[in-house]
Amino acid sequence: MSLTSTDIARIANLARLELSATESERMLTQMNDFFDIVEQMRAVDTTGVEPLAHPVVVLSEFALRLREDVASEPNQREANQRSAPAVENGLFLVPKVIE
Amino acid sequence: MSNFVKHTMTTSTSSPSSTDLHDQSVHDLAQALRDKKVSAVELAQHFLDRLNAHANLGAFVAIDSETTLAQARAADARISNGTAGALEGVPIAHKDIFVTKDFVTTAGSRMLKDYRSPFDATVVAKLAAQGVVTLGKLNCDEFAMGSSNENSAICAIGHSTVEPVRNPWDTTRIPGGSSGGSAAAVAARLAPAATGTDTGGSIRQPASFCGITGIKPTYGRASRYGMVAFASSLDQAGPMARSAQDCALLLSAMCGPDLDRDSTSLDVPAEDYLLKLNDSIEGLRIGIPKEFFGEGLAPDVRTAIDVALQEYEKLGAKLVPITLPRTELSIPVYYIIAPAEASSNLSRFDGVKFGHRANKFADLTDMYKKTRAEGFGDEAKRRIMIGAYVLSHGYYDAYYLQAQKIRRMIADDFQSAFKDCDVIAGPVAPTVAWKIGEKSDDPVANYLADIFTLPGSLAGLPGMSIPVGFGAGGMPVGMQLLGNYFQEARLLQAAHRFQQATDWHAHTPKGF
Repeated sequence: MSLTSTDIARIANLARLELSATESERMLTQMNDFFDIVEQMRAVDTTGVEPLAHPVVVLSEFALRLREDVASEPNQREANQRSAPAVENGLFLVPKVIE
Repeated sequence: MSNFVKHTMTTSTSSPSSTDLHDQSVHDLAQALRDKKVSAVELAQHFLDRLNAHANLGAFVAIDSETTLAQARAADARISNGTAGALEGVPIAHKDIFVTKDFVTTAGSRMLKDYRSPFDATVVAKLAAQGVVTLGKLNCDEFAMGSSNENSAICAIGHSTVEPVRNPWDTTRIPGGSSGGSAAAVAARLAPAATGTDTGGSIRQPASFCGITGIKPTYGRASRYGMVAFASSLDQAGPMARSAQDCALLLSAMCGPDLDRDSTSLDVPAEDYLLKLNDSIEGLRIGIPKEFFGEGLAPDVRTAIDVALQEYEKLGAKLVPITLPRTELSIPVYYIIAPAEASSNLSRFDGVKFGHRANKFADLTDMYKKTRAEGFGDEAKRRIMIGAYVLSHGYYDAYYLQAQKIRRMIADDFQSAFKDCDVIAGPVAPTVAWKIGEKSDDPVANYLADIFTLPGSLAGLPGMSIPVGFGAGGMPVGMQLLGNYFQEARLLQAAHRFQQATDWHAHTPKGF
């Protein structure tokens, strides 16, 4: 399997990354180099194996927890917005989305 | 047995006044502070002077002496009024992946160049609760992605351009990564200890490359709250110091449940890792995975590891051959899973709520694309691309799901191995630290060098690195010790007994 420049453009769009022409070309080479080492993984017989999303679940006594859907943190709007690129009246500003 | 105890007594009680402050252990400094032989302010100032004098290493990316000295004054006050914590007044530095209220947090990225967190990471807060004073923030690969620290986009203190962190043993070499600033600072005695994070080896490998001791606990032991997320099912915090004893002290303060703030934090009480540190390792079964000693292992590293294993036999341990058959597969499995999680985690950097935003753009989507193009470095972009691809429709099953299935097989392999042994030992990395620039254009070469640390990471096991000698170019060699889940105490004990019998951990790079 080999990726093409069309694939790179499609993935970059999915990832919301603008890549220059040079970057795209380098990305193509490097991703294809990478997927060469991935090939050995695809050949492994994993029939009947449960995917492991999380190391903790190997230990049966540690199921992942759920918690009540309630606010646990105090309101820190000002502190949270201190590093925001554009804020007005406590709101995050973004370019116009709906015309 | 009694000989060992005596030996321990004589080596760990060196008089605090007999050596420079920066040569002393965290353990001895904490004692000297309690005994008022040195003040926290004096100590903080000593290290601030020292880290400024050695700014050429590029280890620190943020300092604020006023804040540090204010914390030190508060520590001195608590020592005076009898409310001192276990580490009261001990100065340490944090990897710049932990968010801090009082210092900027960059995660090594242009995206977060001037970012200030409204809160402290749990690990930072827990250490502060024991009286630790913060010296500053340490350089790392961008979002902890890398094994050479060449992926940082942040200008270190005392520098006017972005330059790689240098290894104090040879400043033309990398310190390892991603916790490279942490390892370089501790090795150069610019801080008695530092925090690090380990996703695929980012504590163990730089510790090995810089000749220091580091431990990554069982996944879920230390809270991830306030650690800028890279790969959430792998990221774990841990201490980096010059001895197993100091790591034990720090790890005891760093671990423990954080159930309200980290959904993967384990409900297991914190432990005092000093309690069994000195116990004998007579009869300890050390598993030697044959896959860790194959063709790819450099002869100089192999020799140092072999000699260390002989030392362990002298200490009463038994070497047991074991197999971890999917060691090589751990590379593609990790480099599918970690980028998949990274692409998801890094989607939060969109130029809206925090961090960088592009100046010029046509519309919202264009703003995202330009912001991310400008804010992320090459390695972050590569991993975002790999992650987005393996999670995308039509490829998810073949790559991501397949990787998760093999991840379980790798975790199961360890459980089979631990039927025959108590800990596993082998090299941390196939070679000693390489030259700056040597692999910077070859990402796959960097990935391949992670082979020995990735299996333990994927399984979520505790692992550590201890210095066991020197290899090519006089560079330090680290040995990796892996334990079963929650066996941090046993790892630290095995490491401590080795350090009581040898002095590899006590060597200092020339000029520091």
